[in-house]
Amino acid sequence: MINNTLKPKYRGIPQWFKIPEYKLTAEYFIKTLPLPDRVIIPLHQHIGPPSYPVVKIGDKVLTGQKIGDSDEFRGVPVHATVSGKVVDIISFTDVAHNKEQQAIVIESDGKDEWIDMQTIDDLESLSNEQIISKIRDAGVVGMGGAIYPAHLKLTLPKSGRLETVILNGCECEPYVTADYRVMLEYGEKVISGLKIITKLISPDNIFIAIEDNKPDAIAHLTTILEKSNLNSKVKMVPIKLKYPVGARELLVKALLSKEVPLEGRCRDIGVLVHNVSTAKAIHESVIEGRPLVEQVITVSGGVKNPQNLLVRVGTPVKNIIDYCGGITDEANQVVLGGPMMGSAVPDTETPLTRGTRCLLLNNNQIRNEVDCIHCGRCIDACSMRLNPSLLAKYSKAGRYDDCGEAYIDACIECGVCTYVCPASIPITQYIKSAKQQLSLME
Amino acid sequence: MAKIKNDNSNKTEEKLIISSAPHLRSKWSVKRTMYLVILALMLPTAAGIYFFGFNAIFVILTSVIAAVATEYLVKLLRKKPFVMDGSAVITGLLLALTLPPTIPLWMAAIGSVFAIAIAKEAFGGLGHNIFNPALAGRAFLQLSFPAQMSVWIAPSGFAPDAVTSASPLSDAFEKIGSNPEIYRELLIGNINGSLGETSALLLLAGGILLIILRVIDWRTPVAFIGATALLSLVLGQDAVYQVLSGGLMIGAFFMATDYVTTPMTRTGKIVFGIGAGILTVTIRLYGGYPEGVCFAILLMNAATPLIERYTQPRPYGLGKK
Repeated sequence: MINNTLKPKYRGIPQWFKIPEYKLTAEYFIKTLPLPDRVIIPLHQHIGPPSYPVVKIGDKVLTGQKIGDSDEFRGVPVHATVSGKVVDIISFTDVAHNKEQQAIVIESDGKDEWIDMQTIDDLESLSNEQIISKIRDAGVVGMGGAIYPAHLKLTLPKSGRLETVILNGCECEPYVTADYRVMLEYGEKVISGLKIITKLISPDNIFIAIEDNKPDAIAHLTTILEKSNLNSKVKMVPIKLKYPVGARELLVKALLSKEVPLEGRCRDIGVLVHNVSTAKAIHESVIEGRPLVEQVITVSGGVKNPQNLLVRVGTPVKNIIDYCGGITDEANQVVLGGPMMGSAVPDTETPLTRGTRCLLLNNNQIRNEVDCIHCGRCIDACSMRLNPSLLAKYSKAGRYDDCGEAYIDACIECGVCTYVCPASIPITQYIKSAKQQLSLME
Repeated sequence: MAKIKNDNSNKTEEKLIISSAPHLRSKWSVKRTMYLVILALMLPTAAGIYFFGFNAIFVILTSVIAAVATEYLVKLLRKKPFVMDGSAVITGLLLALTLPPTIPLWMAAIGSVFAIAIAKEAFGGLGHNIFNPALAGRAFLQLSFPAQMSVWIAPSGFAPDAVTSASPLSDAFEKIGSNPEIYRELLIGNINGSLGETSALLLLAGGILLIILRVIDWRTPVAFIGATALLSLVLGQDAVYQVLSGGLMIGAFFMATDYVTTPMTRTGKIVFGIGAGILTVTIRLYGGYPEGVCFAILLMNAATPLIERYTQPRPYGLGKK
C-alpha cells in the first residue's frame, strides 16, 4: 500500500556536489542481444574460492549446464551460457576484477539448447535448505556489482536472525538504467524473489528502497505488492537521489539511522541488503530452475545506439558494441560498470561477467595530476567521513600502515573524492592500491 | 593454454584508454578556484584604486608582476614547469592590498619576491608551503622597513595632494565609544589604512561571493570574526570597531581561508578561526604592533598540522566515542 511510504531520507551523504545523471536509456525497453558465436566464461566471477572446470576441451555442452564448480560451500558454480562445444580453456588477465584467472571458451552451435529446468509451483513445498542449494547451484551472485554469493547472504548467521531486509532498487551511478528497466519489466520476478528471501529470513521489517527519480518503478512495484501477500509487511521508501546512496552502508544509514560497524558486515547489525536484479535472479533460480546465464545491462555513452540489453554472460564486449552500432568518435575508453566504479578494459575481446550492469563507452579527458592544495573538498564529500587526501598521501609515500590507521578499510571506493578533486589526483586509485598492498602484507 | 588473441584489433582499439575509476571528473580545477578568488578580490581592489588613486594602481601592478616573474624564475631554476594557475597573482594581489598606499614600489617588489621565492617555492611550491605567502611577505616588510610600513594617508582618490595622517590603526586600538560616523566610513572604506583593507563592505561582499561559490568554507571567517568580536566585548572594547577596522575582514575572508596553510577539516577550520581571533585581539591590545591580524594568521599557520591531527573526522561505522 502506498501509505506504507515513508518520507524520503538522505542522512549521511553530503549534498553540496552534483554528479550528472546521464540516464540516456531510461525509457528504452530491454532488447535481447543475438547469441554470440563464441563466449568466454571466466571461472571466478564471484567473491570466494574460484571454481575448477568440470568439462574438457571438445565436450558438447547445453545452455545452463555446469562447466565449473567448487567443492566449498562458499564457492558458486559457473554455467555454459550457450549450447555448443568447449573449444579452449584459457588463462587470462581479468582487468575488471584485477586478477589472473581461467576461462572456458565455448563455440555456439546456434541452437541454444537448454538443460532441463525444474520449475516449482509451490514455494512452500521446498525446505529452506533446498532453496539455498537451488540458489547456489544456479550461481546467483550479488548483481549490484558486489558479486558476493547470494546463498551465503541468505544463510542465517549461527547466532540468530536478520531482522531487516532491504531490497535495493537504487541505481545511483550515472548512465546505468538496467535495474530500473528490470523493475519495470520484470517487477513480478523481483517481488517473487523478495518473497523467497522473506521465506528464508523471516524478517520483522522489509524495505524496498528506490530513488525518487524513478517514480514509475515505485508505482509499478507498489501495484504488484498490493496483489501479493507480502503487502502488509513491506515499506516502500523513496530515497532522495544522491550518489552514492545505492551503497549498502549508506542505504542502511538512510533507512535505519544505524551504521554498519567498521570491520563488520550488514548482517552484524541484523540487516540483509539485496539488489533488485539479484532478487530477480533468485526467483529464476528457485521457481524456474534457471541458472544465472544472462543479465540485463545498459550500453551507454559513446555508442551509436545506447540501449538496455539482455546479454549472455561471457559475451565479448565487441559483440555488444557492434550490435549497438559501434563506438562514436568521441569515445576513447571501454568501461565495464558505471563511470564512477567501473573498470576500464584494454580490449574489446574482454567478456562480460556476472554482476556487470553497464557497458560504458566513455570519453575520458585525461587531466594531469597536480599537487594537493589541501582544499578539503574530498573530506567534505566523503560519505564515509574519511580523509581521502591523507589516505592518498600515505599511499603515494608507501606508508600503508598509516593508511590502515586512517581507517582505509571504511572506504567504499565510490570515487566521489576523485570526482571533486580540483588537483585531479586519482585518490581512489591510490586508496585501492594501498588496500591491495595491505591485503598482501597480511 | 593460450592467451586471448586480439586478432581483430583495429585503430579504435589501440587508442583505448585504461584508467582507474572514477572515469568521470567534475569541472573544478585548481585554476578555476584561483581565478574565482581573483574575481572576488577585484571588489576590494577596485575600492583601493578608488580611494588611493595612482598610488594603489602602481603598488598593485608592481606587486603582482613581481610575484608572477619570481614564480617564473624560481620554476626555471627548480626545473619545474611554470603553470599560470593564478596562485602567484593572488599572492601578489593580496600582498599589495595589505600594504600602505605610499610604500616605495621597490619595497612592494621585494615583498613579492620574498613571498614567492622564500615563503612558497622554497618549501616546494603550491600545496607545500607552511605560511601564507602574502602574509609572510608583509611580515618581512614590516620587520625590515617599519617606518615606511606605518605611513598612512587619507584617501584622496586620484587627487595629487595626499595628506599623511595618523591611521586608526596606530591608535593602538584603544577603546573608542560607539560612533556611527566612524562605522560608516569603515564600512565604505573612506579612511586611512592599507590599500585594500579599508572597505569592509566590499571585502564582505567578496567573501560572501566565495562562500556562495563554495570556494571557501564559511566556518573560518565566522569563527575568526566571531572570536574577535566576542573577546573585544569581554575586554571592554568596541567590538564593531574592532571587527570593521584594520586587516580583519581581508584576513578572515581571504587569508585565513587559504587552502594550503589552514586546516582541511571542518572542525579544524573553526579551531583555526577562533585561535586567530584570540591572537588578533591579544596582539592589538597588548602586543608591540598596532595590528595583529597578520601575525595571528601566521602563528595559526604554524599550528595547522597540529590542529589537523586532532580534528580528523570520525569515520562511518566506528561508533560513538
